[in-house]
Amino acid sequence: MDNLIKCEGLTKRYGKNAALWNFSVEIPAGKIIGLLGPNGSGKTTLIKSLSGILMPDAGKMEIAGKEIGTETKKIVSYLPERPYFSSALRVKDTLCFFEDFYGDFQRKTAEEMLKTLQIDTNSKIGSLSKGTREKVQLVLVMSRKAKVYLLDEPMGGVDPAARDFILKTILTNYNEDASVLISTHLISDVEKILDEVIFIKQGKMALYKSVDEIRMEEKKSVDALFREVFAC
Amino acid sequence: MEWKFTDDIPIYQQIMDIIKQQIASGELAVGEKLPSVREMALAAGVNPNTMQKALAELEREGLLYSKRTAGRFVAEQEEIKKGLQEELLMGYIETFLKNMAKLGYTVEEVVEIILKHEKGEEKDGQFN
Repeated sequence: MDNLIKCEGLTKRYGKNAALWNFSVEIPAGKIIGLLGPNGSGKTTLIKSLSGILMPDAGKMEIAGKEIGTETKKIVSYLPERPYFSSALRVKDTLCFFEDFYGDFQRKTAEEMLKTLQIDTNSKIGSLSKGTREKVQLVLVMSRKAKVYLLDEPMGGVDPAARDFILKTILTNYNEDASVLISTHLISDVEKILDEVIFIKQGKMALYKSVDEIRMEEKKSVDALFREVFAC
Repeated sequence: MEWKFTDDIPIYQQIMDIIKQQIASGELAVGEKLPSVREMALAAGVNPNTMQKALAELEREGLLYSKRTAGRFVAEQEEIKKGLQEELLMGYIETFLKNMAKLGYTVEEVVEIILKHEKGEEKDGQFN
């Protein structure tokens, strides 16, 4: 089967700095993949490029055989680093937003998850804590029946118990022919839900391997290997 | 999340070990139907592909079997459970004796101490 995500020779410069440099990768369907790298290594740039909100300076990208654009946005569910809803909105308004914007949004699923989290849909976004806002955003993003989930630091601001909830949410909601790309620093937390990891270093691919291979060959966890590869 | 994993071994192998223990201890009964891969993955907090791999390996080893539409079951033969128990037992004994050897005890001494310990005599004997 054709790979779900294809990138070839992606390059993106910010002034003199290259955030991505000749970056190529092919990602199959049905995998949960960790996008790991230190700060400023190009993780967010890659995710934003794939979600179609950044144009790379050079290179080609395809998702499910289509160039990045309106068609791919229909099948890509993107969780940005920071929640983007206005604080004046109520949680239920964000549900309506997603319902209007995305044909694959499952409002019922979202409502059930919010209920489990004891988040009142009448609350204003502005009245929620940072962690709760992140949870709302993740619930929305994971309630789409998408082909590709791009999650940029999904656990940045939440406590360990909520991290478990987030991991569970990801595991429960992605379907078998979808792929999930998760960028994160919290490697030891996500390691057990990952199939494969991509190490990205100064905008270039440093490694792309399955978690099992790393553990088998290196006799250490991905977290330990990461600390070695990116030791300062 | 429920299951604990160590760093140095592939997770699917650790899942296999845990399930073997569950069969040996009877937590998973002989012939019992297993939950779906997804449910098990969720309970363990792991990727469904990883759980699938572990279960497929266990199936290859003959500890589990699939019925086409009904799902996956623990093997029905009591000997398999027996075999697992022995395998685990031998493993534990090996590690134990290795550790005891590191402390400088011979197998004979260890056996003697264990017997004493069982009788509740350890307090006035070896450990004072």
